[in-house]
Amino acid sequence: MSWIDIGHIDEVPVRGARLVKTHIGCIAVFRTAEAEVFAATNSCPHKGGPLSEGIVHGQSVTCPLHNWVFDLNTGEAQGADDGRITTYPVRLEDGRILLDDSAVARRSAA
Amino acid sequence: MKQRLVVIGAGMASGRVLEHLTDAAPDAFDITLFNAEPRGNYNRIMLSPVLSGEKTYEEIVTHDDAWYAERGIACRFGEKVANIDREMKVVEGEKGHVPYDKLVIATGSNPFMIPLPGHDLEGVIAYRDLEDTQRMMGMGPGNKVVVIGGGLLGLEAAAGMAAHGVDVTVVHIMGHLMERQLDEAAGYLLKKSLEDKGIKICLQANSKEILGQDGKVRALRLEDGTELPCDLLVMAVGIRPNTALAEQAGLAVGRGIHVDNQMLTSDPDVFAVGECVEHDGAVFGLVAPLYDQAKVVAQALLGEEAAFTQKILSTKLKVTGCDLFSAGDFADGPGREDIVFRDPSRGVYKRLVIEGDHLVGAVMYGDTADGSWFFGLIKDGTSVEEMRETLIFGPAYQGGDTADPLSAVAALPPEAEICGCNGVCKSDIVEAISAGATDLGAVRASTKASASCGTCTGLVEQVLQVTLGDDFQMPTAQPICGCTDLTHEDVRRLIKGQELKSQAAVWQELGWKSPNGCHVCRPAINYYLLADWPLEYQDDPQSRFVNERKHANIQKDGTFSVVPRMWGGITTPEELRAIADAADKYDVPTVKVTGGQRIDLLGVKGEDLPAIWSDLNQAGLVSGHAYSKGLRTVKTCVGTDHCRFGTQDSTGLGIKLEKILWGSWTPHKLKLAVSGCPRNCAEATCKDIGVVCVDSGYQISIGGAAGMDVKETELLCQVPTEYEAIEVVMAVTQAYREGGKYLDRIYKWLGKVGIDWVKAQVVDDLESRAALVERFELSQSIYRKDPWAEHVREKSQTYAPIADFTLEAAE
Repeated sequence: MSWIDIGHIDEVPVRGARLVKTHIGCIAVFRTAEAEVFAATNSCPHKGGPLSEGIVHGQSVTCPLHNWVFDLNTGEAQGADDGRITTYPVRLEDGRILLDDSAVARRSAA
Repeated sequence: MKQRLVVIGAGMASGRVLEHLTDAAPDAFDITLFNAEPRGNYNRIMLSPVLSGEKTYEEIVTHDDAWYAERGIACRFGEKVANIDREMKVVEGEKGHVPYDKLVIATGSNPFMIPLPGHDLEGVIAYRDLEDTQRMMGMGPGNKVVVIGGGLLGLEAAAGMAAHGVDVTVVHIMGHLMERQLDEAAGYLLKKSLEDKGIKICLQANSKEILGQDGKVRALRLEDGTELPCDLLVMAVGIRPNTALAEQAGLAVGRGIHVDNQMLTSDPDVFAVGECVEHDGAVFGLVAPLYDQAKVVAQALLGEEAAFTQKILSTKLKVTGCDLFSAGDFADGPGREDIVFRDPSRGVYKRLVIEGDHLVGAVMYGDTADGSWFFGLIKDGTSVEEMRETLIFGPAYQGGDTADPLSAVAALPPEAEICGCNGVCKSDIVEAISAGATDLGAVRASTKASASCGTCTGLVEQVLQVTLGDDFQMPTAQPICGCTDLTHEDVRRLIKGQELKSQAAVWQELGWKSPNGCHVCRPAINYYLLADWPLEYQDDPQSRFVNERKHANIQKDGTFSVVPRMWGGITTPEELRAIADAADKYDVPTVKVTGGQRIDLLGVKGEDLPAIWSDLNQAGLVSGHAYSKGLRTVKTCVGTDHCRFGTQDSTGLGIKLEKILWGSWTPHKLKLAVSGCPRNCAEATCKDIGVVCVDSGYQISIGGAAGMDVKETELLCQVPTEYEAIEVVMAVTQAYREGGKYLDRIYKWLGKVGIDWVKAQVVDDLESRAALVERFELSQSIYRKDPWAEHVREKSQTYAPIADFTLEAAE
């Protein structure tokens, strides 16, 4: 596993998110507490709502379009809704956010 | 021949090494101990009690001269080591060389000094050793001290000095204190108890510059321009392993001196121990792992098998009266669940973090008696599956009743006021019940309690239940959401009554069941706080729905719509040109005229928002707030300017109203209209607030609807002058802001309070009207501004991705 530095944690508001654009789609990086981050696909499986624009609470995010709630640990939709978002390994080191490069890398064309 | 051991640094870790070594094998080594400080080993973590006066220095000395003499340790205190010659195996002290067979480096850590301008001024110190402590002890009443850093050490320093009557201000860059050990709720409680001790706390405060006079510190200046005068400035922002000597000697060094599980450095004859080391990627600041390391070093020196492993740590703050405990990992990680317990009346907060069947973290404030029990569960990895339900109550949990939520109401004295609007006290309600009232409606009819703004409804019902017991069937009030059992009305009343001025205060004092709310309650609480405390509370964008956070309406494909304001629906050719140019420049797919007489640019990309706003701002256009639970539009007809039937200047009044009301937040959206005559071309009588001009003045009516419900407005009053019309509209808006439930339009609020109550407040009682207007104006002094311009100026980068890998050259 190799890690890619995508920015400083202070660039993401507490209980907020920022977007990472990649060749294989957009990833939302969530900051759930002073020093806690998660990464997942930006697209809600329901109607494609941008999850990085949702309200972040506890370790969950609510999609801004139709209020589906996802657990950022597992990616599972909560409550009555049925669906799952892909989550990606992400970690913090000295305030830098490191994202697993499998999330970002372009699949080799080989 | 005895082996020669040299130890560099006489701190707590190396002290423990020497204890183990000389106890196990008193004659194994000839030991020389260097220390840069002119003294031996003392219990550094007890400096805080020394500072506060609870202990003396003598009481915290671990090893005195006699101890070293007994063990034959040659002490070279106050002497710095200049160099280590590993080839010759010699330590070069300032006063002479000492050869070694084995070397232990225990150089500890250095306090990190932020390189702010002025950090080298006299009177700027760290909090590390006895000298620093003595400097702080020299402060007394009449002195001012600023402490930078709201972590463990900074707060202990602040509390210690405050105990001597010093005027202390703590400046912390993060949103809550001790963010590495505590979550927000515990941080809030800690702040509260420190403030009770007279310590001032500035959070989210960026230090900019230290100001001096004649080479001595005078004040700290913050980024926002605030100056905090001080006689002493203490920096307690963290420590860095002191690796200079090891690095110079060519040992492997990362953040700290690299050691293996035997605490050996990259040189097989050189050990390192304590805060100067880096083991498996970690560095250490708490004492427990240092003692574990010390044991390993002593055993390894004696040739025994030993290995250091990192363990879970717990933290306690050594400030009298602040009972706080944190252990394990209460952040990051997959599949975790929280159990939260709050007792607002005792100021208690407990949070347990569970992963699978195991407890992995605990944060406690106010009642930490069970801390060590929880810590034990964490360390031992005990399965908590069986006791999960009662886990948070601790080991002493015996079953029994849960606290009675009605006891507080039962304990209220008869003269306690229940309904503030109508001046009804508890005994009035109890009398009404004895006279035969058995439900809310009957109490309301006979006493007027809860018949006005309605926020005391819950209380009245509780009085009913306390008085009638089982004869009263409590209606199931709808709580705001799963985070609380309280209703919107309860929460509004408690925010005012208990003067709760932050979200963390609401969560704690009102016993929220989740760590920080959810998407349902957070926007409501954020609104209530900013409506009730416009000056004290700062609007939290992260508690807003995306539209209000980004000041544009999200569309189903994730793009946004942009609606510039057109005051009273009036525009100019210049504005229209600017809108057309913007539509071209940003490839806006759809341009539509709205029902509120505005132009909507639909399909703008999120990252283009600041740029399009900036362009529109250039032409004098500002946000139309088409996305807000706040003032949307004031629709007008052309009135006396052009219309042959117009009785008053309806367009002029509409523009004036919009300029006064814009930017204000309300429980739900607020749409107005002003018609110039009873023909009502602006459709004022189905708006939230409508004004219909007549020959003799202005008819103001409220509570219309033309959505899911269709309703005609109810007449509030007719006033003769435009000035009065504006005052009445401001007053009724403010009354709705103060009393309305979040997401209730005016007509729903009106259904609860009744038009007569509104008339009494804003029409008949002129004093009340003036007070409402004054409170509205106070709030508008903060919120009457263009958020687009502000975001262009201060936040535009947040609209762009944090990283964009699609910009990299294609493979």
